Amino acid sequence: MIKTITYSEAIREGMRKRMKEDPNVLIMGEDVGEFGGCFGVTGDLIKEFGAERVRDTPISEGAIVGCAVGVAATGLRPIAELMFIDFVTVGMDQLVNQAAKMRYMFGGKITLPMVLRMPAGAGTRAAAQHSQSLEAWLTHVPGLKAVYPSTPQDAYGLILSSIDDDNPVVFLEHKILYAFSGGVDLDIDPIPLGLADVKREGEDVTIIATARMVHEALAAAEELSKEGIEAEVVDPRTLYPLDKETIFRSVEKTNKVLIVTEETKRGSYAGEIAAIIAEERFDYLDGPIVRVCCLDTPIPFSPVLEDYVIPDSKDIINAVKKMF
Amino acid sequence: MDLSREKLIHMYKTMKRIREFENKAGELFAEGSIPGFVHLYIGEEAVATGVCANLKDSDFITSTHRGHGHIVAKGGDLKYMFAELFGKATGYCKGKGGSMHIADADKGILGANGIVGAGHNIAVGAGLTAKYKGADQVCVCFFGDGSTNQGTFHESLNLASIWKLPVIFVCENNLYGISMHQSRHQAIQDVADRAVAYNIPGVVVDGNDVLAVYETAKEAIERARNGQGPTLIECKTYRHRGHFEGDPVVYRDEEEVKEWLAKDPIPRLINYMLDNDIVTEEDIKKIDEEVDAEIKEAIKFAEESPYPPLEAAVEDIYTDLVEEVRR
Repeated sequence: MIKTITYSEAIREGMRKRMKEDPNVLIMGEDVGEFGGCFGVTGDLIKEFGAERVRDTPISEGAIVGCAVGVAATGLRPIAELMFIDFVTVGMDQLVNQAAKMRYMFGGKITLPMVLRMPAGAGTRAAAQHSQSLEAWLTHVPGLKAVYPSTPQDAYGLILSSIDDDNPVVFLEHKILYAFSGGVDLDIDPIPLGLADVKREGEDVTIIATARMVHEALAAAEELSKEGIEAEVVDPRTLYPLDKETIFRSVEKTNKVLIVTEETKRGSYAGEIAAIIAEERFDYLDGPIVRVCCLDTPIPFSPVLEDYVIPDSKDIINAVKKMF
Repeated sequence: MDLSREKLIHMYKTMKRIREFENKAGELFAEGSIPGFVHLYIGEEAVATGVCANLKDSDFITSTHRGHGHIVAKGGDLKYMFAELFGKATGYCKGKGGSMHIADADKGILGANGIVGAGHNIAVGAGLTAKYKGADQVCVCFFGDGSTNQGTFHESLNLASIWKLPVIFVCENNLYGISMHQSRHQAIQDVADRAVAYNIPGVVVDGNDVLAVYETAKEAIERARNGQGPTLIECKTYRHRGHFEGDPVVYRDEEEVKEWLAKDPIPRLINYMLDNDIVTEEDIKKIDEEVDAEIKEAIKFAEESPYPPLEAAVEDIYTDLVEEVRR
């Protein structure tokens, strides 16, 4: 059954489906219960599943992440929500030193099926501590998987597979995309982690983009098409494991690569993708790999400044044109 | 005291197993057989022993960098512990964890932990699982006084308190956070005072008296099993060795060390059992010989075990993705 729902609703419907099927799935986080979540993602789930399974926590990110680790290590499948990705810093020990390392340190004897949901990204005029894109930090840590969907359908299929996964999965959600609507087939199989999606086919240049930047890239591709440049837009959807094969197929076809993410450019995951392509498909490239990212600044408050530092379709168009 | 002879002997033997495990671990470290570093539990044996004597295999514990004693007391096998310290494939963690990361899920041991204060919230999670499933399980969170200034200590007590979780917080107050005396690292004498802030019971107990620890823990564990929520138990104790093996221990004076060595928990239990005609000198000797034999065998097992194959380095990061990591 295909329904038109928002990205936010798609995540909720995925959680609802798994909570109905598996009593071991529970949600915890700040204001996820009666309040329905800071961005409304958990919505009415508390009405259906009760306060034991949709648990409000104190403002205590270390406890949220650490408790989820303990819950997962002892046989449940928690979905923990941090109100903003920026607050992961407060729970970083529990994520990086505990969740990501426990299985390995313990010789594979503990399994941690947990999902940590985090609203990420800029565009809400929320300034430097509520707007970051921390993909690089999270993908850098062995032991974590990282997901960042761009559409309601992908969000639905990927939250299912993230809940099903027996490893810690950081599930990034772009705040601006929460209100985006799209057709969602609620009966699809989970979308496997590590499977990219070609959002637009083209012959002339590959644009690899994540989350909100996928939409900017698609808008740019339409404009470029009018000028005779056909861009292929590849959305990795999962940052780790990364679907290199889909990316390589596109690179081999177009021989030109532009990578667009909302991260600050220095030390970005965009850089990692560029390095992988350079190492493994250098011979297919006509020219340098180009990155379009956020300027290397904290996210400023003033709308004119925020819009200036974050990439948009115009930046992408300009960057692509320089490649020809 | 309604402790059976059998239970007392079990507790004596456990303390002795910890003590001798640690003595040997210290020697083997000094001679270079154990890589990395080790933090010994010598002097604090009564805490892990008295608490864990109340636990079942299905109960959980979280431990610390000074974790060997907790693991032995919760039922850890000395063979696999030594093998882990040696970095061998037969160790509890296939040689990938080492001294600070021994875990045994089958025994409810959710891991020693190299980050001070990191076990607290994991313990709360285990307590939540127990409560959520309606299981008759508790989780004991062991930690030192040093960790009670970490945010996680406060976060975890708060969460366990508001959710009334079956978690017993056991502070091993050995008077030092590494080199810093408690009087310098916090403005209170009793860590147990902090329970007030979370509206849970806070109890101080002589941590070198295994019987007192046993009784105190018993009450707290019963409370937890009955759904009455967490307790903070502070065990006043002392580590005989430095923070880590190799620590020059310039921060303690001789008088203090002497005073605490006189309160060694092991002779205290021996004397109690002899004075009350529970055991004879001969019984003690026999137990000690059994422990020695077990330790020798465990070390032999560890020494003779192979190192892990290099392939093991890329395994167990995830439940899958071995191929991904290898590339």
